[in-house]
Amino acid sequence: MKVEQISIFIENKSGRLAEVARVLGEKGVNIRALSLADTSDFGILRLLVDNTDIAQTTLKENGFTVNKTEVVAVEVPDEPGGLCNILQVLDDAQVNVEYMYAFVERNAGNAVIIFRFDDVDNAIAVLNEKGVSILSGEKLYSL
Amino acid sequence: MNHNIWDPLHECLERKDLERLQLERLRSTLERVAKVPCYKDKFSESGISPGDIHSLDDMAKLPFTTKEDLRQNYPYGMFAVPMRDVVRIHSSSGTTGKPTVVGYSRKDLDDWSGLVARFMTAAGVLPDDIVHIAFGYGLFTGAFGLHYGAELIGSAVIPMSGGNTERQIMILKDYEATALVCTPSYALTLADRIEKMGHDPRTYLSLKVGLFGGEPWSEGLRREIEERLNIVATDNYGLSEIVGPGVAGECLCKKGMHIFEDHFIPEIIDPETGKVLPHGEKGELVLTNIVQEAIPLIRYRTRDITRLHYDKCDCGRTMVRMEKTMGRSDDMLIIKGVNVFPTQIEEVLFQVEGCEPHYQLIVEREGTLDTLEVQVEVNENIFFDEMRKQRAFVEMLEKRLATNIGLHAKIKLVEPSAMPRHEGKANRIIDKRNK
Repeated sequence: MKVEQISIFIENKSGRLAEVARVLGEKGVNIRALSLADTSDFGILRLLVDNTDIAQTTLKENGFTVNKTEVVAVEVPDEPGGLCNILQVLDDAQVNVEYMYAFVERNAGNAVIIFRFDDVDNAIAVLNEKGVSILSGEKLYSL
Repeated sequence: MNHNIWDPLHECLERKDLERLQLERLRSTLERVAKVPCYKDKFSESGISPGDIHSLDDMAKLPFTTKEDLRQNYPYGMFAVPMRDVVRIHSSSGTTGKPTVVGYSRKDLDDWSGLVARFMTAAGVLPDDIVHIAFGYGLFTGAFGLHYGAELIGSAVIPMSGGNTERQIMILKDYEATALVCTPSYALTLADRIEKMGHDPRTYLSLKVGLFGGEPWSEGLRREIEERLNIVATDNYGLSEIVGPGVAGECLCKKGMHIFEDHFIPEIIDPETGKVLPHGEKGELVLTNIVQEAIPLIRYRTRDITRLHYDKCDCGRTMVRMEKTMGRSDDMLIIKGVNVFPTQIEEVLFQVEGCEPHYQLIVEREGTLDTLEVQVEVNENIFFDEMRKQRAFVEMLEKRLATNIGLHAKIKLVEPSAMPRHEGKANRIIDKRNK
């Protein structure tokens, strides 16, 4: 149950982020979730979109450096302690999190946390064992 | 006798015999050029006459010749023979001003062919080889030089000329060329295109050897060409002002290019002071043409930075070897007192898997301190989704650069195509310091 995410290298200069959003918008690609990690020189923009392939091709054609990676989307109740429970499960099983970001579902009252693990398959096995709800790509892209 | 040496009599001369020959030829050349107005003036200004040269050490007394001298005497002012004795004219591209014009007598053309035959033979080219020449035929010396050299060896020459890569590949494939002559960067273009066509460039062609010149290239680029085309890639050196290709070339030991010292006397000077440096030191190569009839140049400043090795090569040739040029004296950066050449940085980048040599150097001065920033274009192979890995990559590059150039440089990753692409000679340096 992995979800495809695209990462884009962005130079720290004005207008680059807007350029990404513009070319995706023009192609009718909708952004579901995003996170931006940055240093003083450059940033790494990570996106979940409703059509990964079109997004990747479009960005490449516009001269961006793009990688596709696999992440895991976990659904947790949007209430105090929701995140903590998941992190505890991962910690107990000694699963290492590379990075994560989250957003709140519009209707269901759940939060979705996107995880990048260094060992994706092991992480999924651990989460499944503990009965944690993992979202499929299809479900996520249509949220 | 080693069949890999074209002219064993001259290429394997004992040094004392070589030096005797050089002095003899130098003195005779000086007598001839003394009649050329430019040299007549130069000699009288420096208070020297050809008769004052009694040993090779006396050469340091002779004035330099520069590209500026050729420009001021454009087009034929530096010629030492009447035009009726000139049978060929070539010239440089003239990108930085008036082109420099050179001429060849009948004997000069024969000598030139022989010099090219020497380095082609050293690289393994034989009479049964088929030599595909993808240099542009024209005023540039590259194509004709290699053409006549290959014919002298007895190889079959395909005078393809430049451009039209798909057609080049078709001819290379169908005519079963075994030796390729072009610039090193064009060899990679060919490999790229063959791959795009869906073939494996290592097996698609019949090539066994490549003779590359016309631009400086690193050992990293050599490895890449050798692997991707499955050939032996050799380097050769020349400049149109001196003869064109054929000044020096590599043997299969690949430990520098043998300068054909029976035709050219090399010196290494400090580019700032003009003083001759001791054997083995790095500096600007100065060449004196001691055989040419039409336009023999005395102590011509090549602007190319290199180092000479006088220890004996395993191939049996006694001729001194020059290292791949490390850049040009007009390209050399002095940063915090350290000499830095763009090619050194290119070499470091090449050692990193997936790192393409699209880079630019930015030199600035903060207060009294010089800073060097190397902008490297990111591509998919060196872009990591995890910030930790991306940072580690940058730190690794910075560390390697510091080890190799002896100076801390800041690596800055930039988006692809952020830098201007150049046809031909790339301008890698932006120096923002006040000169």
